Amino acid sequence: MSSFLRQIFAIALKDIRIELRSPIRLFGVFFFALGLVFMVAFAAGSTIRVLQQIAGGTLWLGILLTSSRALDQSFSIELDEGALEELVLWPVEPAAIFYGKAIANTMMLSIVAATLTPLVIAIFDAPALGSIAELAGFMLLGCAALAAPGTLLAALTSKAKGSSVLLPLLFFPLVVPALMAAARGTTVILEGDPMGQLNGWLAVLVAFNAIHWSVSGLLFRYVVEEL
Amino acid sequence: MITGAIGSGKTTLLRCIATALRPDHGTIRLDGVDLWPNRRKIRKDIAFLSHATRLYEDLDASANLQTWAQLGGYSVDHPELLARVGLPIDRKEPVKTFSAGMRRRLALARVLLKRPRLLLLDEPFTALDPEGRALVIEIVRDLQASGTALLVATHLPDVAAELCSQRIHMEAGAIIRNEASA
Amino acid sequence: MKFHWEHIVGLLGLAVLVYGQYFGLFVVPPDSHMGDVARILFVHVPAAWNAFFVLTIGGVFALLYLLTGAKRFDHLLEGCLEVGTLLTFMLILQGSIFAKPTWGVWWTWDPRLVSSAVMLAIYVGVLVLRRTLNTDPTVRATLTSVAAVLASVTLPVNYFSVQIWRSMHQIQTAPTDIDSPLKMAWRINAIAFLLIAFWLVARRSRIAKARFEAMEAPPLPPAPTVEAS
Repeated sequence: MSSFLRQIFAIALKDIRIELRSPIRLFGVFFFALGLVFMVAFAAGSTIRVLQQIAGGTLWLGILLTSSRALDQSFSIELDEGALEELVLWPVEPAAIFYGKAIANTMMLSIVAATLTPLVIAIFDAPALGSIAELAGFMLLGCAALAAPGTLLAALTSKAKGSSVLLPLLFFPLVVPALMAAARGTTVILEGDPMGQLNGWLAVLVAFNAIHWSVSGLLFRYVVEEL
Repeated sequence: MITGAIGSGKTTLLRCIATALRPDHGTIRLDGVDLWPNRRKIRKDIAFLSHATRLYEDLDASANLQTWAQLGGYSVDHPELLARVGLPIDRKEPVKTFSAGMRRRLALARVLLKRPRLLLLDEPFTALDPEGRALVIEIVRDLQASGTALLVATHLPDVAAELCSQRIHMEAGAIIRNEASA
Repeated sequence: MKFHWEHIVGLLGLAVLVYGQYFGLFVVPPDSHMGDVARILFVHVPAAWNAFFVLTIGGVFALLYLLTGAKRFDHLLEGCLEVGTLLTFMLILQGSIFAKPTWGVWWTWDPRLVSSAVMLAIYVGVLVLRRTLNTDPTVRATLTSVAAVLASVTLPVNYFSVQIWRSMHQIQTAPTDIDSPLKMAWRINAIAFLLIAFWLVARRSRIAKARFEAMEAPPLPPAPTVEAS
């Protein structure tokens, strides 16, 4: 295994271990998302057709808000005791730090998504017509699309004052295409796809992932150098 | 060793040498190599034991060492390293439950992973009992014997004198005295 | 006061702008469908073109800063970010004013309107980031550049996704039967906007340069002599 891949693996493994050792953080963000889902249901009223239509969107709104909390936390473990500086001086390739953390964040978001999805389908009485494999693949792509720019932006804003406000301010508008594609695509999978819209959304998600997983990996070097 | 009052620039100097900080002006050379432009290559040879522990607080001691070993591509016997710095081998509690002295010892174990050519120590004796200080001195002596150069910033020149041959005194960001230490 | 050459470009831009307004308001006949309302497009479309242009150039400056570390790219980037954001804001405001008499609403989920709004939100975020980083000007320059590059690469996907998002509900957009005096009015104003944008970016980056130099670390005092033993 090349040293670059080994470093990516070590960073991802470490992040996942840390999350699993203190699962309270993951629980916290999960119940935050679940609470949001219920609040949307209460606000939208109890008309079944309305709830069915907004199920996909609500699910992704939950994941989006979860991700901005989770990403902030995932970067603070590097900064609290100054571990990031040690990583840079060790030396670990900055791109390896980025990909390791982005992979771990994708997995964490996927866990939240996998738990939240059946609950949302049940609570919103969504028809769930599409195949599970299709849905799972789409969820994974969506989580990856949030994790890549999110990991970079969490690092970027960590230096600024009031980073917890700044991160969503930059992060949310930037991931609008991913959110749109993920939410609409999920809805299409759940409700059936008579118009054949899924491929368009899949293309958006794949393109978004391709751009952000490559560009953010290259840009992370500059951010880390300045922290 | 580097001595000087608080705020005299000891830590900043060490951070610049460790290439953690870009020097605003001037260059730092190690064996004639300008450090900042060559930082990617040179970092492997320099270890910096800083004031902050820079450990992962939520992982236990051996998981920390495993992570750092994996990152650097070192294959190391963790229990032996832990025993070397006097930490319990089978303690599964995360580092955040450790005392300051235990963290310092774990950070020292990490330095041993790296076996650097140049070791930078920033106040290595604070938060340590006499036994811990003796341990630091012993381990650093071993590293020196295997060819590691040492630079210590400290406000305890008497303790550091056992390790150092030269004493640099700093005031207000400048070196004002450079002499052989007692 | 020192005279800077970019003022000439600015004055030229203002002159072309005045002519463009005369041309658009008095020379071009009213639109066959929308009448005088359509005249707002003479400033709306040039604003859109220039907003995209200035922000794209800003992305290029950001990339150049990261690659070369030359400070002038940071100053130019600051100018582009602010002028581009201002143009985007103008663009949305004009779009909204155009939407009211045309479609009867101030806001409509037209793909172009939506993607412009998202673009505005992204760049406002970048500007807020820049304002919040009040520490080291070099750090600020790098982090702004990273954010600006990230914003630029997202814009095409953003536009594309909004297109698909609205494809189910196609609504009427701007008039398609565009005749040549109308195009001429666009072009004149586009040149005027471009010259003024150039002027503002140049002015803004001069201020950025002065601020950067004021924030930078002062040169070292002469080192005291070391008495070696």
